[in-house]
Amino acid sequence: MKILVQREDFDVGAEIRALAGHARIGAVASFIGLVRDLNDGSAVATMTLEHYPGMTEKAIEGIVAQAKGRWEVLDCTVIHRFGELKPADQIVLVAVASGHRGDAFAACEFIMDYLKTRAPFWKKEQTPQGARWVEARATDDEAAGRWQRKEPGAA
Amino acid sequence: MKVKVLYFAGLREQVGSSSEELELPAGVSTLAGLRSHLVARGGVWQSALAETRLVRMAVNQQMAQAASAIRSGDEVAFFPPVTGG
Repeated sequence: MKILVQREDFDVGAEIRALAGHARIGAVASFIGLVRDLNDGSAVATMTLEHYPGMTEKAIEGIVAQAKGRWEVLDCTVIHRFGELKPADQIVLVAVASGHRGDAFAACEFIMDYLKTRAPFWKKEQTPQGARWVEARATDDEAAGRWQRKEPGAA
Repeated sequence: MKVKVLYFAGLREQVGSSSEELELPAGVSTLAGLRSHLVARGGVWQSALAETRLVRMAVNQQMAQAASAIRSGDEVAFFPPVTGG
């Protein structure tokens, strides 16, 4: 398991190759989040991500531990950046290695949904109208809530 | 008792402080109590932490509810709903 909260960019190919290192792994599912140049109707010049050093890492570790309790997760890498980012920059990588694709897809999506609603990060956008903090979205809470209704291991 | 209080993101900007060491009066023993204590400062504290504002809280780097107990030496944090990912 590898959990990093860092200012630097990351190399998706290298991270995935590093995960798929042993023969029991039959599937790696990954998600990469990027900075969009338009949000809520405004052009985004830069986006600054703030976090809570210490708690952010612990929160992600907790989320990954929950995923391991629900699906077969043979290995997992989560990298989330902070600091100032520009449109098209990479923000986050979640990559999950499992025996089969079902568990890899589910665990990857679960980790991402929980990360968005439970890991202490905050986005501030610089737009032509000035700087603004991104508001939390109800759709993100709904996405995370879906996992609470499913029984562990359910198809 | 003494606690360390941290503020993040928009809430940090509103109150103009990222952290402080705070000596709490007797009777303040929960997150809700601490929040009321801060609101009683008035001004930006009242507007940033008012009951009507959506504020998330943590004790010792774990998400916590209003009724959660706080103890001497704890690290408490107030922040807006998270928006990472």
